[in-house]
Amino acid sequence: MAVLAAPARNPFPPNWPARIGLIALAAYVIYAAQILDITWTRFVEGLGHGGRFISRMVPPDFSADKLELLRHGMLESIQIAILATVIGILLSLPLGLAAARNLSPAPLAWATRTLIALFRSFHPLIVAILFVKSVGFGALAGVLALIVASMGFLAKLLAEAVEEMSMKQAEAVRATGATFLSVVVMAVVPQVMPRFIGFCAYQLDSNLRNSALVGLVGGGGIGSTLFTAFQRFDYDFVLTIVLAIIAIVMVGEIVSGWMRGLFQ
Amino acid sequence: MTADALAMGHELRRWQRFSLRERILRSAFYLVAIIAIVWSLQTIEIIPEFLYDAPQQTVDLFARMWPIDWAWYPEVVHAALIETLHTATLGTVLAVALAAPVALAAARNLTGSRVINLVARFILVATRSVHAMVWALFFVAVVGPGALAGTLAIAVHSIGFTGKFLSEAIEEARPGPIEALTAAGAPPLAILIKGYWPQVKPAFLAIAIFRWDINVRESAVLGLVGGGGLGMALDAALSNLYWDQAGLVLLVIFVVVIVTEIVTAWLRGKII
Repeated sequence: MAVLAAPARNPFPPNWPARIGLIALAAYVIYAAQILDITWTRFVEGLGHGGRFISRMVPPDFSADKLELLRHGMLESIQIAILATVIGILLSLPLGLAAARNLSPAPLAWATRTLIALFRSFHPLIVAILFVKSVGFGALAGVLALIVASMGFLAKLLAEAVEEMSMKQAEAVRATGATFLSVVVMAVVPQVMPRFIGFCAYQLDSNLRNSALVGLVGGGGIGSTLFTAFQRFDYDFVLTIVLAIIAIVMVGEIVSGWMRGLFQ
Repeated sequence: MTADALAMGHELRRWQRFSLRERILRSAFYLVAIIAIVWSLQTIEIIPEFLYDAPQQTVDLFARMWPIDWAWYPEVVHAALIETLHTATLGTVLAVALAAPVALAAARNLTGSRVINLVARFILVATRSVHAMVWALFFVAVVGPGALAGTLAIAVHSIGFTGKFLSEAIEEARPGPIEALTAAGAPPLAILIKGYWPQVKPAFLAIAIFRWDINVRESAVLGLVGGGGLGMALDAALSNLYWDQAGLVLLVIFVVVIVTEIVTAWLRGKII
């Protein structure tokens, strides 16, 4: 800025609202840091702990029994993600149609929208806690929790896609005396399908990430392996698991991108 | 005769929506998908004994939550709620501050070096792939349980998301103003502030607001692994099997999420 101030007439006058905003932000950061008891000494101490922590993580543990645990947890996570995505897609189709205001009657649309908002507002982890209580520890609780999360996301986006589609084709099909199901198959599906497949690919990706998570509260999969390793201070195995999660998430991203490309 | 030949030609010509390659690839995809579903269904470990009493357990869950323990709100939950909101906000501010330089390095039109681009991109992908909860586990081990661990987890995990969209916004900036500034002999910092920033600003604010919305949800559960805030209160209630207190925390989280959504929608409408 000092460089710019050199000419006689400043072509870029100081932007006072932005400066005041920045000062307010800085004041907030200091205030919030105080509230949260974040101090410099704690941070520096933490760096020391962090160094020791990382030195215990490296090198990652690749021994055979640990790899067997990893393989078992990872396969379960993938199964959880696949089942949750498939069942979530199947359930979100009727929900999404019912929530679209241009196709379904207003009371039904609003009721469904409220239900979807309810699904979306709870973090998958909280839903997983509730399902662990109802169906016990294990993969089933994880699958159910991720189904709820998938429905919240997919049904909302499907409803939005249906609302944005052109009604002309639906009217044309309806004018021939077609039933509601025929209208859906002939007029709605062709318009909405490519986008919906894109959402589904993204949801598979997202469920793969979250399936590594539900295990933290007893929902099965690699998350439970990770949590156990943390509690046993098995930090070199923790690094192995985290690397495996990063790898699988990247593979998932590639697969879902490829899937989107295939159906565009 | 010509009409006949034409008609025959029409009959012989078959129109197909997709090329052979597309059809083969799609069929292969369906096959793989079905195999994956069948494999998952057959091998997933579900303990049937747990399922017999699932309906009773579900009824029990809600019966125990009611009546909600309102008295716990002023004692514990209110402070936890404030902590969660500060964790999310401070985490977002920190994330934006950390993500900005990485995004600048990742933008191909701004940073010429392919090596730096790739390193920055790797940082973005790696921070995003590890979930905030896993980062929280890590930071709890490093700085001890509490809001500091939660804030750092939120900040580091958000780098990937914020930086990715920010670098995309920078790459989409029109080269015109930047070339004009370069031609006038402006130094790099001036090009950044007067050339890129005005173009990137709307996207930047939208990304920050969107991320804050996500971070409020995330920070509400980080406490389950020791990251402070509402999750910590939930964890305490669950460990003591005080479901009426857990019900209160869940209700508070629900209200906070709804209010955040309304606030972000309003902010978006106001700024953009």
